[in-house]
Amino acid sequence: MEPLSNKRKVIAFKPLNLLERTYLPEIAKGMAITMKHFFKKDVTIRYPEQKREFSENFRGQHSLKRDEDGKERCTACGLCALSCPAEAITMTAAERQPGEENLYREEKYAAVYEINMLRCIFCGLCEEACPKEAIYLDGDIVPTDFLRKDFIYGKDKLVEPPLNQ
Amino acid sequence: MFKVTIDGIPVEVEPGTSILNAARQIGGDIVPPAMCYYSKLEGSGGKCRTCLVQVSKGSEKDPRPMPKLVASCRTTVMDGMEVKNITSPEVIEARKGVVEMLLINHPLDCPVCDQAGECHLQDLGFEHGSAKTRYEFDRRKFERIDIGDKIQLHMTRCILCYRCVFTADQITDRRVHGILNRGDHSEISTYIQQAVDNDFSGNVIDVCPVGALTDKTFRFKNRVWFTKPVEAHRDCDHEKCNGKVTLWYKGEDVIRVTARKDVYGEVEEFICNTCRFDKKKTADWVIEGPRKVSNQSVISSNHYDTLKPLPVVKTNPLLQEANKDQFERETRL
Repeated sequence: MEPLSNKRKVIAFKPLNLLERTYLPEIAKGMAITMKHFFKKDVTIRYPEQKREFSENFRGQHSLKRDEDGKERCTACGLCALSCPAEAITMTAAERQPGEENLYREEKYAAVYEINMLRCIFCGLCEEACPKEAIYLDGDIVPTDFLRKDFIYGKDKLVEPPLNQ
Repeated sequence: MFKVTIDGIPVEVEPGTSILNAARQIGGDIVPPAMCYYSKLEGSGGKCRTCLVQVSKGSEKDPRPMPKLVASCRTTVMDGMEVKNITSPEVIEARKGVVEMLLINHPLDCPVCDQAGECHLQDLGFEHGSAKTRYEFDRRKFERIDIGDKIQLHMTRCILCYRCVFTADQITDRRVHGILNRGDHSEISTYIQQAVDNDFSGNVIDVCPVGALTDKTFRFKNRVWFTKPVEAHRDCDHEKCNGKVTLWYKGEDVIRVTARKDVYGEVEEFICNTCRFDKKKTADWVIEGPRKVSNQSVISSNHYDTLKPLPVVKTNPLLQEANKDQFERETRL
């Protein structure tokens, strides 16, 4: 058929000579490339043991903060749950009883506070909405797990450890 | 009939109508906000000064403008009067000052307060107030008081609008709470915290524009915007109550009952305490349908136009079956 453009190349198959037929120089070339990579710096790291430095605005697992006296800052106002586009946050409020003033900062606190880490998209809107500076996404990467229900993080995993420990 | 012009919109009203009510007949943006005036309560108004307007022409006979801004809830209209509300920068400026004054002693504990989300002071502050306070002194402090076992009074949040006092005077047959002391020291109180036990005492919760008087049975139960308002009614035995209410649902439970409120946040009909506090089962009520909530309100966020909850794993046997081993497993793998 007549070519439409003159870009077509006619390839001529030449018979291989003896050296080419043994393939040895090509194998040696390939091995050289492989061996060169042994001495190059690794691109990957061994993740759980080694960690890369996170960017300053990295958003990881949430933590519920305590104030300078070690009281929980969260008052269960519900603004984080309201702002959450993935509807990942739920909470139940309770009233602070007399004698619990050293545990909770305001007269209302979150008795139950749950974040579904499978729903969470780590957008940081909860952090932005919080009027009490109680929630920050300053943690690590949320670890993997096998069961869906284990991804619902309660207060045991979210609240910061007390100050004196 | 008197012809009044409010922000350039003419309206014909009965003689004796206040400017605020004339503006409400027009409706829309030009209605001045009101914190203390309550159309259902006689003698209310004139206390909070949020409804200030400018009268640029007194009347047809005497066209001089009024020298100062006037409280529109207490000023009656004259024939040919011209009123400026949102078109007057002076009014906007004055209103901003009023909001700042109302917020001087307000604790701003909205994250804790049960009224947040349906609070008129919150709306007003959002609309007119500035983001920062210039007040440097301690705000007044009060212990919270139980008025009876169903109503709680947070005096710190009170803006002294007197609505609850008028309600108790006019709706209930005998009032035991009122305003004690004078001026800066005045506070809503009962003598020796005497219980308000009256069939209609719960209405003071609805008329309160802020979170000073709140429902103790709803205290910290949930945030308003997570509940779902539904219109309902029942045959009430009380002759003065017709049992038309709004039920606030969370899931399947009625967690609060209030009277129905109109666009200005005023109750349409007062309801009795039995309806409000004692009937908290769906079986007690005839459901009429979901309540219309304005798109601007935070209450309408994340709400869907169905009465039934959306299908989730809990209610769907198919999904439950599929996730069986997930639910049954006790230990981690």
